[in-house]
Amino acid sequence: MTEVRAEMVANVWQVVASEGDQVADGDTLVILESMKMEIPVLAESAGTLTKVAVAEGDVVQEGDLIAVIE
Amino acid sequence: MIESVLVANRGEIARRVIRTARRMGIRVVAVYSEADAALPYVREADEAVPIGPAPPASSYLDVRAVLGAARTTGVAAIHPGYGFLSESAAFAAAVIDAGLTWIGPSPAAIEQMGDKINARNLMEQAGVPVAAGTREPVADVAAATAEAARIGYPVMIKAAAGGGGIGMTAVGSETELRAGFETARTRAERFFGNPSILLERYVEHARHVEVQILGRSDARVLALGERDCSVQRRHQKIAEETPSPGVTPELRARMLAAAARAGETVGYRGAGTVEFLVDATTKDFMFLEMNTRIQVEHPITEMVTGIDLVEQQFLIAAGEDVSFRPESVRAEGHAVELRVYAEDPRRFLPSPGLITEWAEPSGPGVRVDAGYEAGNEVTPFYDPLLAKLCVHGASRDEALQRARVAVGGFRVRGPKTNLPFHVELLDSDEFISGCYDTSVVARLRP
Repeated sequence: MTEVRAEMVANVWQVVASEGDQVADGDTLVILESMKMEIPVLAESAGTLTKVAVAEGDVVQEGDLIAVIE
Repeated sequence: MIESVLVANRGEIARRVIRTARRMGIRVVAVYSEADAALPYVREADEAVPIGPAPPASSYLDVRAVLGAARTTGVAAIHPGYGFLSESAAFAAAVIDAGLTWIGPSPAAIEQMGDKINARNLMEQAGVPVAAGTREPVADVAAATAEAARIGYPVMIKAAAGGGGIGMTAVGSETELRAGFETARTRAERFFGNPSILLERYVEHARHVEVQILGRSDARVLALGERDCSVQRRHQKIAEETPSPGVTPELRARMLAAAARAGETVGYRGAGTVEFLVDATTKDFMFLEMNTRIQVEHPITEMVTGIDLVEQQFLIAAGEDVSFRPESVRAEGHAVELRVYAEDPRRFLPSPGLITEWAEPSGPGVRVDAGYEAGNEVTPFYDPLLAKLCVHGASRDEALQRARVAVGGFRVRGPKTNLPFHVELLDSDEFISGCYDTSVVARLRP
């Protein structure tokens, strides 16, 4: 199981992947926005996306859970 | 003379404008969002008015809130700074309709330059060189691939209503163009409220060189020298210098003349910047875009010319002439600006947070334009610019040496900053040689 966490304080702009999706290492899961910049959050391993913990418009803090891949 | 002004901006540029306004005896009003109440510019103004919550759309971009603050404080003029509403022709028109003085060019000039396709076409007609590109918006992928085949790859996909390097993508082939086109349209719509796309020939080895202009009250346009802005990450500037080490006197003369002609073509008044690409191989230069407001990196021009550009903006907006003799302007020495961003120095990712320590360097030729101080919170709502470290020296070598010392003396704790990157840049052979192009940062961060 891999937990994908936010690297910084940011707003969730787009949730690209959905729970149940098969994802490959490097696929974009969510796009964050901070300081006028888009920051794609990528899958760190291949597997099934079992959880997406954020919704568009959410504010995430550094270290917050974004998704789980199994 | 203008007796009072509202600065419709935040951070370092609000503080910069306030400084000159106060020196000129102009009463100055700041506006601030809930996130910015503790920033230095708020207390340095004569008066400060809260205009809404942190998100820009609810505060600094809210025309009604800004004009409301102008009305209740009874100011005579509005200075827009850069970004936010500064290049909104509709806002400029609303300011003028409200009976206030707009410190900037006419709404018509903003509009003509704001649409990048229109600006390119206008410049081409005026005899200003432009890169091969589309003369009307590209509607769909089929049109894009046809146009790109005519222009020749690689091409740059740009938002027609965009600017400042946001939402641009370079593509090297039809496959890449097909893959990137829709994303570019979506982004253009999101960032600029307009999905129009233009394609332009992409110059791989280019310097980004811009010219500072001042449109005088009598409609003559002065060109006050160039700034080299080739040190960029994600098409955003990190460091600038003047004069450009890649521009010969002969090329400079032609670029300054073209920039003045660009301004005259749209009846430009006040401070503006004409951006060009200089092909590092052929030394051809091409019009990129015009920024119809004060530029972030204006201080380095001030350092070499001794001219306060914000003062000229106030004078010209009041219908007066500039404060200096145009024929006696000479650029003396060399100046460098290093943008201090709240971002990590490796990957340049944003790093908001509480500033626990802040110590600015000082010394001969050192100027710091900062938006923050210790105890301030850097929030994710605005751009990451914390401060501009500007250094002047008699020669480029002296300016770079002073910059190395100054960077070492700038201490910020809390958010990560790109100060360590500036240390590397100032020590890199490529930057020191002066023979660099817009890929210099990519080569330092392979």
